[in-house]
Amino acid sequence: MTGRGIVLLVLAGLLLAVAPLVGDRYVVSVLTTVLWFAYVGQAWNVMMGFSGLLSLGHALYVGLGAYVSAALFVHYGIGPWAGMLLAMLVSVAVGTFIGFLGFRFGVKGVHFSLLTIAFAEVARIGFDHIQWLGGSGGLFLPVEAGVSDPLNLRGSPTLFYYVILALVLGALALSRVLLHSRLGYQWLAVREDPEAAEAVGVDLFRARMTAVAVSSALTALGGVFQAFYFNNLFPEQVFSMGRSIEIILPAIVGGIGTLIGPILGAFILTPLGEGLTFLIEAGGLDLPGLKQLFYGVALVTIVVFRPEGVWPWLARRLRLVRQPGEEA
Amino acid sequence: MTALLTVSGLSKRFRGLKAVSNVSFSVPEGRILALIGPNGAGKTTTFNLIAGVFPADEGTVTLKGTRLGGLKPNQICAAGIGRTFQIVKPFGALTVEENVVVGALARERSVAVARAQARAVLERLELADQAARPARSLTLPDRKRLEVARALATRPTLLLLDEVLAGLRPTEVDRMVEVLRDLNRREGLTILMIEHVMRAVMALSDQVVVLDHGEKIADGTPAEVVADPRVVESYLGAEEA
Repeated sequence: MTGRGIVLLVLAGLLLAVAPLVGDRYVVSVLTTVLWFAYVGQAWNVMMGFSGLLSLGHALYVGLGAYVSAALFVHYGIGPWAGMLLAMLVSVAVGTFIGFLGFRFGVKGVHFSLLTIAFAEVARIGFDHIQWLGGSGGLFLPVEAGVSDPLNLRGSPTLFYYVILALVLGALALSRVLLHSRLGYQWLAVREDPEAAEAVGVDLFRARMTAVAVSSALTALGGVFQAFYFNNLFPEQVFSMGRSIEIILPAIVGGIGTLIGPILGAFILTPLGEGLTFLIEAGGLDLPGLKQLFYGVALVTIVVFRPEGVWPWLARRLRLVRQPGEEA
Repeated sequence: MTALLTVSGLSKRFRGLKAVSNVSFSVPEGRILALIGPNGAGKTTTFNLIAGVFPADEGTVTLKGTRLGGLKPNQICAAGIGRTFQIVKPFGALTVEENVVVGALARERSVAVARAQARAVLERLELADQAARPARSLTLPDRKRLEVARALATRPTLLLLDEVLAGLRPTEVDRMVEVLRDLNRREGLTILMIEHVMRAVMALSDQVVVLDHGEKIADGTPAEVVADPRVVESYLGAEEA
């Protein structure tokens, strides 16, 4: 990054850090949603952006993380800080199983994506029938008003806001470290050309499996957050295809494979949705589907004019990152 | 003279078509061997069999006495064989330097050390001033050089070059020939090259193996091979026509 980019990044961080002190409940709740999508977008980006593996079923890992941690809390009183470990473990186990099936048996490209959808759909339908987890009727976490118990992730919206902000910053730092590591170089090589990567010594199976493991573990944490933030889980919602698509949109809009892209994408998409709701209500045009229509048009416009994402373009225009060939 | 690479009775069929048929030759340590022949003679298939892209139907490949059969391409690379692709395969979105860093990381765990090694290799291949450019923006001659640089960065004992001179202008061919000769003479790098540019083959190679319709039809010094009537008929003569 250039000096200007770092200054802007630090400023944005500071602004987010003080936001709950100056903003009202609505602002905090919208920002929490933004940050949640930024976080899971980053997690998804590890697979698609870094390693070229298109997962269209990432809601699966959100759901597993959510249900595992919620079940531990509801049935055994085990708090999320311990529960998230098992949540991540289960998520990684399922993720690497899908990866194993895909990579061992040569299920590539679009067919791998179909495999990820299939597993998410099986989970959606399957969880409807697990009565221990509430089935289709949903699983509910006990809510007590006025309780502040950060150790069990029970408390005010502000607590949740800071938790998700920390997760976003953590995922950003982790992504950056990984991308500049030996593994990160190998991921990028596999993404660009698997055959050439293999010829220079990259173990394709191992590289892809680690990408799936990192991505599914991170995404599971997003699920844990979701369970304790909303306090209710329905298979129809958490595992839905629509949710899987919502997870991939921030990275697509912001810039697949970039570090800041998924975060910027979330900051564009959620306010866009909120803004449209506001405008439609203010205009008195309460027609069903109108918001989705405008949302879709806006998405198409962004993707058509900035196919590589908004972040690479913005970074170039505002000289936020060093351009190839520029000296430090 | 000990053989670094020995190919013995190698055969490969694709749906009944004999791509490579009972081919045997060996590459002595520290030498340059050129594999020539008309299009479709089975040269690239032979390369892919050596590099582990697909398994041979019959025959064996040994490197320094170790059988390479059944190994995957990344394991072949670890064993000490670096290769280039006839149709260049740069990591397009990565910079030239990052491309070569990936190669260096085959034997190096530290990214910083790998980067230093990559810079040295780029210097050698006259690509240092392009280091920060995205690989996809390079011209074809530079992409060919990048292929060699990336393979070289894996520190191979045997380098497989698949038509790295094709499409280059004569002056560029001469520069690349110089680089390859230097690698061979000064560092003792053994090279097995598929090549159509006969001028370079004559200038560089110690030994030439000629393939035609998947079979070996000649094996000897460059002078012997170009005088061989079968070679003239199947390959060299055809080129003049």
